[in-house]
Amino acid sequence: MDPVDGVLELRDVRRTHGAGAAAVHALRGVSLTVRAGELVAVMGPSGSGKSTLLALAGGLDRPTGGEVVVEGEALAGLSARGLARLRRRRIGYVFQDLNLLGSLTAVENVALPLELDGTGARAARQLALAALREVDLKDLADRFPDQMSGGQQQRVAIARALVGERRLVLADEPTGALDSQTGEAVLHLLRRRVDAGAAGVLVTHEARHAGWADRVVFLRDGVMVDSTAPLIGVEHLLSGSSR
Amino acid sequence: MSIRHGLLALLERGQMYGYQLRAAFEESTGSTWPLNIGQVYTTLARLERDGLVRPLPENESGQRPYEITDAGRADLALWFATPISRADRPRDELSIKLALALTTPGVDVRSVVQTQRTATMRALQEFTRLKYTSDKPEDLPWRLVLDAMIFQTEAEVRWLDHCETSLVRHRPAPIRAVDQPEAVDQAGDEARR
Repeated sequence: MDPVDGVLELRDVRRTHGAGAAAVHALRGVSLTVRAGELVAVMGPSGSGKSTLLALAGGLDRPTGGEVVVEGEALAGLSARGLARLRRRRIGYVFQDLNLLGSLTAVENVALPLELDGTGARAARQLALAALREVDLKDLADRFPDQMSGGQQQRVAIARALVGERRLVLADEPTGALDSQTGEAVLHLLRRRVDAGAAGVLVTHEARHAGWADRVVFLRDGVMVDSTAPLIGVEHLLSGSSR
Repeated sequence: MSIRHGLLALLERGQMYGYQLRAAFEESTGSTWPLNIGQVYTTLARLERDGLVRPLPENESGQRPYEITDAGRADLALWFATPISRADRPRDELSIKLALALTTPGVDVRSVVQTQRTATMRALQEFTRLKYTSDKPEDLPWRLVLDAMIFQTEAEVRWLDHCETSLVRHRPAPIRAVDQPEAVDQAGDEARR
């Protein structure tokens, strides 16, 4: 495998909080490559390092060892400003708590990262509407978050994560407290975006959600203990069938 | 479930010969339960012996179709009307294996759990992918079969997670649990002194 074809690469990544006897090793050397068109689920018990891994992958936290590379750019080499730009342009986040701004409408929330990045208001709005269309929410574009259901708010958060040309989507328990049908719709959207060429990382403790991934990695005590073989497509499962 | 009732249900649609039955069976279970033609003929022979199906004359290609009898219909109706008892299902090899792993010296139970979880998770991924790609209305029977497998594999992963948590809490192993009452007694003795 060519190491540069990954949209996201973690190379022996470590994260330690504190030092000496009080040091907590959240990650103890994790290597992971996620390619375009690939959705990787990260599973593990609480405290296994799942969320730390996602924060490092998204440049929200810095590793104490090893390297994080997003689309060929080593995050350690970027200035704070460069990192902020990369986060706004290249990486989409879907977190458990949605972080939607209550004083902005759905479309304004989705357009915000683009506008922060210097995209003109009109162009940002057009891109945001396209992203809302992708999550079937175009008709609610001008509503405020508190005028929408939990499922609709979650879809706005997904639209915000997908808006523009983001090629890396990071999701931490993205179905949160949603009912199972709405949760499934959210995963369907994530899957569709990945199938269209993005790379995705999904942190979850729900096996049924991890089932949507091409590959599932298991973390325990900050170490990757196992990984399922990548799915190579469904054709082999259907061979010999009349379907 | 028995292949018997599967074949009876298919013959209720109309007469069929062995290869047709096999194809129809696999289609209705989305190829998740492959049958070999030998199983089909053995089962047909038993059904015929029990008077639940009857063979018809061979057709011009030399294939012998079968049809369901009234007794077969009654048996099938009873099957649909009766819930499947848990006792009738095959014993769960996995839970027995883990129970034995706990009491067999030299077995790393956590790695037995992890190996199984990876395999079960992989199956869950495949079922989910198949469901995701089967979205036509006529796929509904097959999607429901898939849903059943998705829920079962999910339950197995949850159970394995539970096993792992229990293992962590119970280290070091059961031998120590035997010692504990004595320790309590000693403490009690000391308190009395």
